[in-house]
Amino acid sequence: MALLEVKNLGITFGGLKAVDNFNLTLEKGALYGLIGPNGAGKTTVFNLLTGVYKPTTGTFLLDGKELKGKKPADINKAGIARTFQNIRLFKNLSVLENVKVGLHNGMKYSTVAGIFRLPSFFKTEKKMDEKALELLKVFELDESADTLASNLPYGKQRKLEIARAIATNPKLLLLDEPAAGMNPNETNELMETIRFVRDHFDLTVLVIEHDMSLVSGICEEITVLNFGTELAKGKTDEVLKNPEVVKAYLGQ
Amino acid sequence: MLKKLKFKKPDTKNSFVTYGLLLVTFAIVKILFEAGKLSYMIKDLLVPLCVYAILAVSLNLTVGILGELSLGQAGFMCVGAYSGALFSNLLEEAIPQVLIRFPLAMIVGGICAAIFGILIGIPVLRLRGDYLAIVTLAFGEIIKNIFASVYLGLDANGFHVSMKTASDLNMDLDGEMLINGALGLNGTPRDSNFTIAFIVLFITTIVAYNFVNSRTGRAVMSIRDNRIASESVGINVTKYKLITFALTAFFAGVAGSLYSHNFSTLQASKFDYNLSILVLVFVVLGGIGSIRGSIVASILLTLIPELLRGSIGKYRMLIYAVILIVMMIVNNGDYFINLKEKISVKFSSKFKKTKKEVV
Repeated sequence: MALLEVKNLGITFGGLKAVDNFNLTLEKGALYGLIGPNGAGKTTVFNLLTGVYKPTTGTFLLDGKELKGKKPADINKAGIARTFQNIRLFKNLSVLENVKVGLHNGMKYSTVAGIFRLPSFFKTEKKMDEKALELLKVFELDESADTLASNLPYGKQRKLEIARAIATNPKLLLLDEPAAGMNPNETNELMETIRFVRDHFDLTVLVIEHDMSLVSGICEEITVLNFGTELAKGKTDEVLKNPEVVKAYLGQ
Repeated sequence: MLKKLKFKKPDTKNSFVTYGLLLVTFAIVKILFEAGKLSYMIKDLLVPLCVYAILAVSLNLTVGILGELSLGQAGFMCVGAYSGALFSNLLEEAIPQVLIRFPLAMIVGGICAAIFGILIGIPVLRLRGDYLAIVTLAFGEIIKNIFASVYLGLDANGFHVSMKTASDLNMDLDGEMLINGALGLNGTPRDSNFTIAFIVLFITTIVAYNFVNSRTGRAVMSIRDNRIASESVGINVTKYKLITFALTAFFAGVAGSLYSHNFSTLQASKFDYNLSILVLVFVVLGGIGSIRGSIVASILLTLIPELLRGSIGKYRMLIYAVILIVMMIVNNGDYFINLKEKISVKFSSKFKKTKKEVV
């Protein structure tokens, strides 16, 4: 059974069909790309899949469980985690705490235990610290664990967002333009990291990206969106050669 | 408005400094008190000072940690003051030991206020920013006005409640008037004293620090920093907003109960929006999110106007206003923030050096 099944997903804002009839089937362990010109509706698809927007038509299932209409927090608990195009970190919290917020639902103790410092507080906090540091090590952020998230350089902020998303122990990871604003070296490094986390954490990854070197470098298959509808779909190198796709990207 | 401010984060190291400062202050004041060096005015102020500090610390949880403006603090305090005083009035004979009755009265006051906090929080916390401030302000005023028009009596037939006049209660002649409308509540045992008030303040501070430095506190701060991201990592925003709001209301209720046991008469008119705004001023000037700052600001800003009463009494409020402005600049002006950072860096580097030498 496929991990993610999206069927006829669509949303309209007023009279505008932002996304229309979007279909997608992701097998477990896939590294899938979603590309398209600006305003094509890529991020809207992410917002639909994470519950930020409620779809007007269609539905989507994760592991056979319907998630349409659920709240963002519940969708995350069901196993979808995401990063954001415009970085959304918890700015006044440290790097370590950002990841620990991600661990919130995985490692629990009650509010009362926290206030009265019961043994479960110390035990769980210690485990959380270890787990969070382990995650930060993967992204080479463990050195700056105590830095405020807002004081990190841009590239590291992007990495921290991915680390935070992975901390929620998802099955499916949605990355929204992870390479935006990165130089070629950083992009190469990021590609390695994405591949590594997919294998290491047993994830399925859906990635929106404009950087074609990243897309052709790591995505096995892609979908191209244009004006909210699917323009092409299939093996990455074949789709990128498709004249329709080239036209949509470069104009005539 | 709040989003532009930089939030200070209370951490564990910080908390022990605060505990130490509190204990030292308590010891000094207690020694002066026992030695009879304090004027009557200051003696009378000791309990209210603690009450204000508790109010400020608890409001800081909503304003500084959750990042939402609430102006309903006086309303919750009112609930706590009335329910706590009523509890003590009714059970004064049943529980003669002050040390059992009074803590119970404070807990009852706190729980009643927390229940109000949750009931009001459910609809109100859907709003954000200025709207939330306006609605909480309105709820605070509603609570105050309801308590100012309640008549409650007790006689052989049980309780009698009326919202109109005392004569509507239809009580027996030997009945006891418990709440007398705008005249309030009389005959509350004066159980409050400085030591108890300080202990409650100390507990409040510990709870506030522990709350912030826990899983729940992190979730609440994540909502403040970025609600959308917070939802995306599976945080139930409504739940954590309500928990924070209820905790704030709980301690406001405890403070109210402490306050009502300091005077034998209690009137709802004391809990007006001026009080809510005063507490918010303590929080903002003490540094939003800084628990120690809230305590210091509430103590200073309560003491200063009282100490100015003497010869320059005429200019009292003028000087007070200038102090407010200066505190605002020192706390939130760029120049002073940089200065403070420089100083703290210097101190911490010196500290580290000496540490290494010791090792």
